[in-house]
Amino acid sequence: MPTVSFRVDGVDHTLDVDVRTTVLDLLRERLGNTAPKKGCDHGQCGSCTVLLDGRRHLTCLALAVSYDGAEVVTAAGLGEGHADGLHPVADAFLRNDAFQCGYCTPGQVCSAVGMLDELREGHPSHVTEDLDAEVDPDDDELRERMSGNLCRCGAYVGILAAVRECVASGGEA
Amino acid sequence: MRPFDYLRPDDVATAVRAVADDPDARFLAGGTNLVDHLKLGVARPGLLVDVRGLPLHDVEVADVGGGTVLRVGANVRNSDLAAHPVVRREFPAVARALVSAASAQIRHQATTGGNLLQRTRCVYFQDVSTPCNKREPGSGCSAVEGFARYNAVLGASPECVTVHPSDLAVALAAVDASVVTDGPAGERRLPVAELHRLPGDAPEKDTVLEHGELITAVELPASPVAQRSTYYKARDRASYAFALASVAAGLELDGDVVRDVRIVWGGVAHKPWRALRAEEALRGERFSEEAVLAAADAELEQAETSPGTAFKVPMVRGATALVLGRLAGGGR
Repeated sequence: MPTVSFRVDGVDHTLDVDVRTTVLDLLRERLGNTAPKKGCDHGQCGSCTVLLDGRRHLTCLALAVSYDGAEVVTAAGLGEGHADGLHPVADAFLRNDAFQCGYCTPGQVCSAVGMLDELREGHPSHVTEDLDAEVDPDDDELRERMSGNLCRCGAYVGILAAVRECVASGGEA
Repeated sequence: MRPFDYLRPDDVATAVRAVADDPDARFLAGGTNLVDHLKLGVARPGLLVDVRGLPLHDVEVADVGGGTVLRVGANVRNSDLAAHPVVRREFPAVARALVSAASAQIRHQATTGGNLLQRTRCVYFQDVSTPCNKREPGSGCSAVEGFARYNAVLGASPECVTVHPSDLAVALAAVDASVVTDGPAGERRLPVAELHRLPGDAPEKDTVLEHGELITAVELPASPVAQRSTYYKARDRASYAFALASVAAGLELDGDVVRDVRIVWGGVAHKPWRALRAEEALRGERFSEEAVLAAADAELEQAETSPGTAFKVPMVRGATALVLGRLAGGGR
């Protein structure tokens, strides 16, 4: 079996894996980190989203052998170094009632953190009118940029409010 | 999932040889489609050759054959390509197509070469319990009389009625881009518009590439039609869905006369459909919505529809008028 190394939420791990193991299964089944969720397991729901080498990724579509050496931050590790161990985006989700069952929430929070970085870097989106101008992060932009994370409870109104608040406060990450 | 061997070479020659020497081998890039196929049993390779370690990560301006091109390495991520300032300024159709595809997460993982080689999302192709000539040649086509909403209306065959799902490929065809490949027979260049093929009696072959032939780069030549180009995608929900029909177009006007035009349709055929008849009908004509609709009609005379796909003809016709009207008005 191949040996892979991952840094997960600040801790280094080296382990032998079956070549078929996804990063999601490595995190959940081998390392016991159940923050990323297995929703659809086919890249359609976003509940397995983590930050991988600083960008939001779907871990269900990533083979562990292919991402050997990566640094992963899950929703469980986002709060590291923040007051009360709570990342400002997670805090905004709490205060804005941005979930009901909570299953999609770790993926939503990781996705929002990644999205704030992309906004800061000026990435365009599908609804950006002028590709050459600075992006105006209005609600249409935020909805489009979060469209890779489904919420079956339909907490989108709260999610949008939480994300809007993070953008307004400077998108601290 | 069937067990497989895994290689991650760091040079192109080794990667090409590894796949060329093994009929059971496949290249793996971002994995956003292939990893799913491994789970579904749609792909059952004995060897995966991971190309993400190959030095194909750069976007650079290069001189090729006396002209200037933007040379995009095959491993450049869809998100980075969409955000690249030269792509946004000189090839807006390409940037628009990229950001209309998938989700932000997937665009960070998916690569330029891999995007072009993704496979159909036909529900029958992805369901190994049903017949599918593309997945299992000779087993039959379930889509011909099945769920038809994503079926082709141009260039289909009795053996296969599916469409190619890539948005990027449609936009690249509209800006006259080429793919650069390396394979057992050496390096070659071919237009993106000639990369994919119509299904005919061999729907298992999506492209003209040989086994072991690897896309190493895509080259985008700067041009007036590329500079004034855009992409429009009609779909069942506002985001994170494949095209029902899409249009990539570029327009160069001389006053109100069409000097040059590109029209490529997605979601309607087994490959990006370059609407050559429509382009020919418009070149040299005064630009008007009526002229665009007449040109689209000339192209769509070849369309063959079923009750499930008939909606695509007025959809692509109207989308073409919308897109060219937007370009004529200075939008991109």
